[in-house]
Amino acid sequence: MEDANKLKEFEARIERGEKIEPKDWMPERYRTQLIRMISQHAHSEIVGMLPEGNWITRAPSLRRKMSLLAKVQDEAGHGLYLYCAAETLGVDRSELVGEFLSGKAKYSNIFNYPTLTWADIGAIGWLVDGAAIVNQTMLAKCSYGPYSRANLRICKEETFHKVQGYEIVCTMAQGRPAQRKMIQDAVNRWWWPSLMMFGPHDKNSPNSAELMKWKVKLFSNDDLRQRFVNLTVRQARAAGVTLPDPDLKYNPETDNWEFGEINWDEFWSVVRGNGPCNRDRMRARRRAHVEGAWVREAADAYAAKQRAKAAKSA
Amino acid sequence: MRNAETKSELSSRSQQDLFDYLLRLGDDRLVLGHRLSQWCGHGPILEEDLALTNISLDLIGQAKFLLELAGEVEGKNRSADDLAYLREAIDFRCLKLVEQPIGDYAYTIARQFLFDVYDYYQMEQLCDSKFEKLSAIAAKAVKEARYHLRHSRQWVLRLGDGTQESHRRIQTAFDEVWMYTGEMFEADDLEDRLLEEGLAADLRTIRTSWAALVHQTLVEATLTAPSDEQYMQSGSRKGFHSEYLGHVLSELQILPRSYPGAKW
Amino acid sequence: MPECPNPKDTQWPIWEVFVQEKSGEPHQHAGSIHAPDSEMALQNARDIFARRGEAVSMWVVQSKHITATIPEDNPSFFEPAADKIYRHPQFYSVPRAKRTDEERRNKE
Repeated sequence: MEDANKLKEFEARIERGEKIEPKDWMPERYRTQLIRMISQHAHSEIVGMLPEGNWITRAPSLRRKMSLLAKVQDEAGHGLYLYCAAETLGVDRSELVGEFLSGKAKYSNIFNYPTLTWADIGAIGWLVDGAAIVNQTMLAKCSYGPYSRANLRICKEETFHKVQGYEIVCTMAQGRPAQRKMIQDAVNRWWWPSLMMFGPHDKNSPNSAELMKWKVKLFSNDDLRQRFVNLTVRQARAAGVTLPDPDLKYNPETDNWEFGEINWDEFWSVVRGNGPCNRDRMRARRRAHVEGAWVREAADAYAAKQRAKAAKSA
Repeated sequence: MRNAETKSELSSRSQQDLFDYLLRLGDDRLVLGHRLSQWCGHGPILEEDLALTNISLDLIGQAKFLLELAGEVEGKNRSADDLAYLREAIDFRCLKLVEQPIGDYAYTIARQFLFDVYDYYQMEQLCDSKFEKLSAIAAKAVKEARYHLRHSRQWVLRLGDGTQESHRRIQTAFDEVWMYTGEMFEADDLEDRLLEEGLAADLRTIRTSWAALVHQTLVEATLTAPSDEQYMQSGSRKGFHSEYLGHVLSELQILPRSYPGAKW
Repeated sequence: MPECPNPKDTQWPIWEVFVQEKSGEPHQHAGSIHAPDSEMALQNARDIFARRGEAVSMWVVQSKHITATIPEDNPSFFEPAADKIYRHPQFYSVPRAKRTDEERRNKE
């Protein structure tokens, strides 16, 4: 009975646009859904370092090298903010990392695709970060305070990510034939997976309604995807690249760019582990974890020794 | 010699010397920054991943300024990118120390610490260089170097006095990397001439400060300093490198080499 | 693919970071980081929350050392303060003090 009243008050607070803070009462379901969502978001940032990290040592100028390095580093920072936001809900980062490394937790599918040429760095910054910004701008307004604040910080930092990518796209699209071929090829490969980043259609997204009721999400997957397509069509024109969708057309009544059907079989196949790089990504993260174990332990051991020394001399 | 602001005030001999000297400074930082950047996404814990990348970014940034200045001193219209991306290994002037692969985290930290101490004292002295454009770069770099040193020194202490495994690993790393430290202090006629003119740092005094801080830190970290009596590698400043440099360059230079003159 | 041994081992304790962005401003909570001890906590805070030069001073404190109110405290902790109108200057009625005649003449 008490819970029913608490739930009513909780939902009323959300309705009024108040933020829920870590120590506030919340339904168990809200807590578990948030932990799932925030940790998946965090894992995605961390795995997301790998495809772009693949080109850090091969960036074509010192300026590009520093931008890319700073961007990939930001992703580590974003993963870190997000893990901390999840930790406010009563889980440990070690548990979340453990679930990810043991393959139980999911991360964004997009990072299971390979970066084949330097043009992929442009396409990722423009399309993948572009899609992520649309999503994170919404999440910055979500009902859970720590998650909202983490996304706000992420959005602030991420604006340069998209611009650096888009600059690469534009430069290459105006470059030599070989460069133009590379950039168009990269856009062709990243376009559809970018659209998949918003998740299944609303009718096939079981968690969506609940998340929207509690204002964890404020817009549906399909609404966000449409917003992204509308923004990107203009940018593609300005850059001088084409989007690989023969069905893409403007609908003056809705003011939307309508697009073709997404290949959901491919999406689910990659989710199940069959993407080109799923195994490489997990292997890289596990290796970093296993090879870093002695470093983490050493720092803990040193700290314990210092505390013991301080206690003894006190 | 009074303060030299532009290359026209330098004799052509000093100009040639200075060009080579700036390559030494720039290439050390470029190659070490490149090596550190390989940790990005693979560090032992998230926080450290970010820390190593910050250091990498600082070093590459310094390299860019130093190579730009080298190009200006040379006067052949070569940009920092031209110098980084279009030179052969034999024309690089970096130390073998910075060319070595990243190894395990202990190796990365041991090498970094030895370089950071060197870097810090070097930049501290270069703040007083009579070549004002160099002293301006050093004034910024010395602040970064001081932080890098704080970071790597704290890690040497933690790994040395952490667990048995970390102690063993960092001791092994120092033992292995030690033979590359000799050439940090290999003063040649070129550096002597520049020192005479008040343009370069004095490697002899740097060596004294370096040895003191390195030994003090190793003792505090319960580690044993390797003997200086052992064989020391030499010749990097004349272009005699390890095989690793060629592989670093083959990655670093792949795009500008494949598409000469293209913009990215 | 091989299993990951000890996927849940240590990630170090969690610390709260407070950043002063400009001289004269208060330190504000920026976020959290993990670190084995206070020196590394400061370094990690610097490397994570001052990457874009947005700090002149930082504090770190291990999260477990922070004592916070719980929402159940709110009615007794904070609401009683809301009606203490005598703590605000608007509560009082006093005449407005104008410039004196001497002052005005002096100005002319």
